[in-house]
Amino acid sequence: MPENSKLNLDRGYKTMLLSVKDLSVSIDNKEILRGINFQVNPGEIHAIMGPNGSGKSTFASVLAGRTGYIINSGEVIFGGKNLLELSPEDRAREGLFLAFQYPVEIPGISNATFLKTALNEIRKYKGEEELDAMEFLALMKEKMKLVGMDSALISRPVNHGFSGGEKKRNEVFQLTVLEPRLAILDETDSGLDIDALKIVANGVNLYKGDSREKSVVLVTHYQRLLDYIVPDFVHVLYNGRIVKSGGKELAFELEEKGYDWIKEENKEPAAV
Amino acid sequence: MSTDEKTIEKLANSEYKYGFVTDIEMESAVKGLNEDTIRYISAKKKEPEWMTEWRLKAYRYWLTMTEPGWQNVRYNPIDYQEIIYFSAPKQKTKLANMDEVDPELIKTFNKLGIPLEEQKLFAGVAVDAVFDSVSVATTYKAKLSEFGIIFCSMSEAIQNHPDMIKKYLGSVVPYTDNFFAALNSAVFSDGSFIFIPKGVVCPMELSTYFRINAENTGQFERTLIIADERASVSYLEGCTAPMRDTNQLHAAVVELIALDDAKIKYSTVQNWYAGDVNGVGGIYNFVTKRGICRGRNSKISWTQVETGSSITWKYPGCILQGDNSIGEFYSVALTNNMQQADTGTKMIHIGKNTRSTIVSKGISAGRSNNTYRGLVKISPNAEGARNYSQCDSLLLGDKCGAHTFPYLEVDNPTATVEHEATTSKIGEDQIFYLNQRGIATEDAVNLIVNGYCKEVFKELPMEFAVEAQRLLSVSLEGSVG
Repeated sequence: MPENSKLNLDRGYKTMLLSVKDLSVSIDNKEILRGINFQVNPGEIHAIMGPNGSGKSTFASVLAGRTGYIINSGEVIFGGKNLLELSPEDRAREGLFLAFQYPVEIPGISNATFLKTALNEIRKYKGEEELDAMEFLALMKEKMKLVGMDSALISRPVNHGFSGGEKKRNEVFQLTVLEPRLAILDETDSGLDIDALKIVANGVNLYKGDSREKSVVLVTHYQRLLDYIVPDFVHVLYNGRIVKSGGKELAFELEEKGYDWIKEENKEPAAV
Repeated sequence: MSTDEKTIEKLANSEYKYGFVTDIEMESAVKGLNEDTIRYISAKKKEPEWMTEWRLKAYRYWLTMTEPGWQNVRYNPIDYQEIIYFSAPKQKTKLANMDEVDPELIKTFNKLGIPLEEQKLFAGVAVDAVFDSVSVATTYKAKLSEFGIIFCSMSEAIQNHPDMIKKYLGSVVPYTDNFFAALNSAVFSDGSFIFIPKGVVCPMELSTYFRINAENTGQFERTLIIADERASVSYLEGCTAPMRDTNQLHAAVVELIALDDAKIKYSTVQNWYAGDVNGVGGIYNFVTKRGICRGRNSKISWTQVETGSSITWKYPGCILQGDNSIGEFYSVALTNNMQQADTGTKMIHIGKNTRSTIVSKGISAGRSNNTYRGLVKISPNAEGARNYSQCDSLLLGDKCGAHTFPYLEVDNPTATVEHEATTSKIGEDQIFYLNQRGIATEDAVNLIVNGYCKEVFKELPMEFAVEAQRLLSVSLEGSVG
């Protein structure tokens, strides 16, 4: 693993999966991200931590293409393509997956129908043959077993009436079925008890396996998820900037000391 | 404008693929309505004197009536003297068989996806094809007659089955019922007549396809379906019209009669031209549909998928007269652009232990207005009657409206009446969630809308459920973002 100070410098641009340069983003005339630089190589696990309101979720949303944000400057390259020019669905088809902090309920569409449609859209985009109902069913069964997904949840409408834990588990289940190149988990650990947390973490680890291709970005406030999904790199986002990067030990330091020392180190001159 | 709204608008502006006009020699009545017009129609159809008199009585009654104005729709007054009340493709002699149908008409129906050659039809569906004011062909007549089933045009029924017409025509919807029913009774041109004899389960789906072609012509069809004791039938009606920038009036009357233990299932996929994005043109669809469960244990079920028409105004209902009879109403009404719909049902419980179910799904997009209006009436003698109503509204975008007017009149203390209503909006969050899983916005909206309508679609005959889904997605094309 590279040393903290030399982080990101030794890694070649060409092999990079995600490269974010100087990304500045506003919402309602308020600048939330202020020049983010961030890179992910295939096979790496990154954790982005930071106090509430630091811009973590905004960063995840902007990468996934949620509307309502103004990109002021910067460039995002994903798998060699200009990510910011792609529609949200094409970003997904290119292999960028966002596990939502608040998974959305969609009454009327069964989980199975939804996931089959999604998978086949992605396969079509990649020029692969679509799966028929039988093939899809077989795949689902395999993945359900893998993440311990209750089969009753499969035929229920997407996230409709699911408990918080069930929703998060459903996100991770989708992750294992869709097998993207990059999984961004936005506060997937929030609101989970320790058992649910383990199950979710286990799902992410199963998705990742020992793949040198698949990468993970964990957006989290707490260190505890990192006990189960061990990151290669930890970044601290504060006030719309990545102010510190390091190895997994940085997470322990944050756990121990909290975020105050980060805030102190990055104090801004008072606004006029 | 959010992306969501943009897509909604885009979806809304899709092409109406049935908007073409057939160039064919027509024979029409002169514009306007008076007793001569009615005599002309009646003579054209070589009707017996009693039928002409029946029409004239209805006309004279209509003259005393005023057009209703209580509906939640707006339109410019209709000039009843500007309408042509009868228009038919010219045909020299009476048709002996299908080979003699004008090839231009066969081509038209082929283009609409309704081949009139029997072997080409959906397996197991018999079709009566109505073009403007007349029925041009009815398929599988011979096969059906082996079962004693009568499936023919209303004109033929008046000629060949006068006793049944005299007994049943106007028995469920009398000409005094409402303004448009009176007008229809005076000038109705054609439509379908079905009689299923005692104990016969109709071996195929029966279907009528209505096509308006001529300009400035009103379509006033009349359908009458009778299921005798223990008989059962499933019927489907479909309709389209050319795109024109003037409004055309369609004022039909449908009557269903179910005797003891009989079952009638009536499905409609209504796709009249809806007018353009700005609400210019389109069909005024002012229709009276009613069934009576006259016998014990009988059942009438209405399923409608309404996507077309500039204005839709109709309340297919059931009079539950026989003890233990059942009425059902399943509806999907979609309005887009400037469309207006005021639709729902009437369930009139008279017999003991009668049951009714109402499931209404309204979808509004564009700048349209969609109203559910329903009456559930429990009469004093309807011991143990039960009703369950569910009215859901789905809004796409923020310029459309959904309205619900349920009327409950309960005059028997043993009755159970339940009403549930929900209003929801396709949220940007839902669309984004589906986008993020690789599903494009239009497909996302279709998925959500189809999921929302599932309860109704499952009531449709198989082939038509697929057709209805497709139709819905076409009607929504360009409507979301």
